[in-house]
Amino acid sequence: MATTAPSGVLVIGYGNPGRLDDGLGPLLAAALEEAGGWTDVTIDADYQLTVEDAAAIAAHDVVIFMDADTSGPAPFWFEEVEPCASMSFSTHSISPQAVLEMAHSLLGAQTRGFLLGVRGYEFNEFGERLSPNAVRNYREAFRFMEELLRDRRFDEYAKRYAKHSQPLGDDGALRRQT
Amino acid sequence: MSTKITIEPVTRVEGHGKVTIHLDDNNQVERARLHIVEFRGFERFIQGRPFWEVPVTIQRLCGICPVSHHLAAAKAMDRIVGVDVLTPVAEKMRRLMHYGQIFQSHSLHFFHLCSPDLLFGFDADVAIRNVIGVAQKHPELAVQGVMMRKYGQEIIKATAGKKIHGTGAIPGGINKNLSIEERDALLKDIDQQIEWAQGAVKLAQDYTVSHLDEALAFANFPSHHLSLVREDGAMDLYHGNLRAIDAAGETVFDQVDYANYTNYIAEEVRDYSYMKFPYIKSIGPEDGWYRVGPLARVNACNFIDTPLAEASRQAFMAVTEGKPNNLSLAYHWARMIEVLHAVEKIQLLLHDPDLQGTDLLLKGDRREEAVGLIEAPRGTLFHHYKVNEGGQVTMCNLIVSTTNNNEPMNRAVESVAKTYLSGQTITEGLLNHVEVAIRAYDPCLSCATHALGRMPLEVQVLDREGSVLDRRATR
Repeated sequence: MATTAPSGVLVIGYGNPGRLDDGLGPLLAAALEEAGGWTDVTIDADYQLTVEDAAAIAAHDVVIFMDADTSGPAPFWFEEVEPCASMSFSTHSISPQAVLEMAHSLLGAQTRGFLLGVRGYEFNEFGERLSPNAVRNYREAFRFMEELLRDRRFDEYAKRYAKHSQPLGDDGALRRQT
Repeated sequence: MSTKITIEPVTRVEGHGKVTIHLDDNNQVERARLHIVEFRGFERFIQGRPFWEVPVTIQRLCGICPVSHHLAAAKAMDRIVGVDVLTPVAEKMRRLMHYGQIFQSHSLHFFHLCSPDLLFGFDADVAIRNVIGVAQKHPELAVQGVMMRKYGQEIIKATAGKKIHGTGAIPGGINKNLSIEERDALLKDIDQQIEWAQGAVKLAQDYTVSHLDEALAFANFPSHHLSLVREDGAMDLYHGNLRAIDAAGETVFDQVDYANYTNYIAEEVRDYSYMKFPYIKSIGPEDGWYRVGPLARVNACNFIDTPLAEASRQAFMAVTEGKPNNLSLAYHWARMIEVLHAVEKIQLLLHDPDLQGTDLLLKGDRREEAVGLIEAPRGTLFHHYKVNEGGQVTMCNLIVSTTNNNEPMNRAVESVAKTYLSGQTITEGLLNHVEVAIRAYDPCLSCATHALGRMPLEVQVLDREGSVLDRRATR
């Protein structure tokens, strides 16, 4: 389905800036956009990933997802994500793995995907601010992204900053019965 | 001793949902409930905010339907700034934004949430009965879903300015018109979008008609229906007056100015749910509950003012010989009729030169209280505000679409549980049917953050006294 050759890096920061640290992703996207000066980089922000992001992903060589993480190592972790046909709990929003799978299987893309998880701490209130520790992590993550987008050493950084914990995003089959 | 069986969560609806099925001593279903873990506090959060920023701030409430909240708040704030009638370009830009929202939201729901059920059957293995299964077996449909969603989002971006915290609608008007370039880019794909919308209506219609016996036996119960309609009775998703009809189509009230909604609608609080239960005041809480959303809108209107959607509406109404359709599964067909209506409206608007007008904003005499109401994709959305002399919000009351559908969703779950539960065991089949019933209403339960690692899921078994007999938590 992809009609033009994919090129460049797509960066998607997602989350709700009105829910405290949940806004880490879009805030990073806004900061990177404001910093500017990137070559062949497209920056996007949204409340969440949705199916139509597959089309934008298919138009790029690499996609970097940026999201807040509730439990990972601080200040952030960075890993490659593989396309995965697992079902999300809800598909008005969709996981990085699933949207990457849609780009591959539906649109014929070969895009590689990476996920930046930035540790957040406060999510359960409305508010347009980051918690103090999240501010620190945000700054570290921003510096990391600057370096990454400049150097493009995706594999090396994914190895260096891997989360080293359970597999990501296994949000399929999330139900139990008693 | 009665037993309580809990199913959590409901997959493929937004946010967190929990279903409890209460059995009597004979293992028969006594009642079933849908519990929605609603994130509360937004109405307090908005207090003290300057009124002019509310149409933007309110979007933080929900990442699923920010455009609907944006427009409902803007409509309320129009009245706060003393503007009852917008300029043509302002109203038409907002309508374009709204039809884009309806188009993308309904398309996403149909192709990526509902179509797996229709294409593979309710009892199909969940491993294939999902969007990826659709992508593998019916790739053309999955691609259509992506492209229709994308088209709607492009309309939103062209009218609201951006995807997060769109600013297109402001109190008294809008802050941008549609450029010729934006118009032409959207017109380029409109014929394709209309063709796909017609195909979606056909798919939903064919399914419903060919599975009518199943639909009649599935969460089929009479209800009132509530929606906005235009003064001539036409469907109007952006603006109009309130109409309520009963299950037989008789009018309960009609052409009610929604500014006076508190005279007609009240909200009941029940101890087991944070979410309120709205009802028609004149009938009372026991029997005055109603449906909202696509099914209610198609049932309540006299006609649709776009030809393709009107032809589809007539086919829809013919199934019930002109009377309201009370089948929960008919929501899907009604939803696709609205998709077709929305894209027909989009086409008309894109050819309207008013959208390139420059008279964007009006002002009037300030008011202290106002209501904004819109037919959001999932149903009627109420925004009610009071603003002090200093311009700060002092009161906010929201009745969101999913709240309006609270009782019908509970009824749907109970109906399905009574039909499909046997003994105390939750079979895969029961689970599937409960999900299908809830999904028909397209509830938005998403007032929760989604960050990585969240989705705590808990399963509970409780006895009649409420003691937890068992509990399981997923990650």
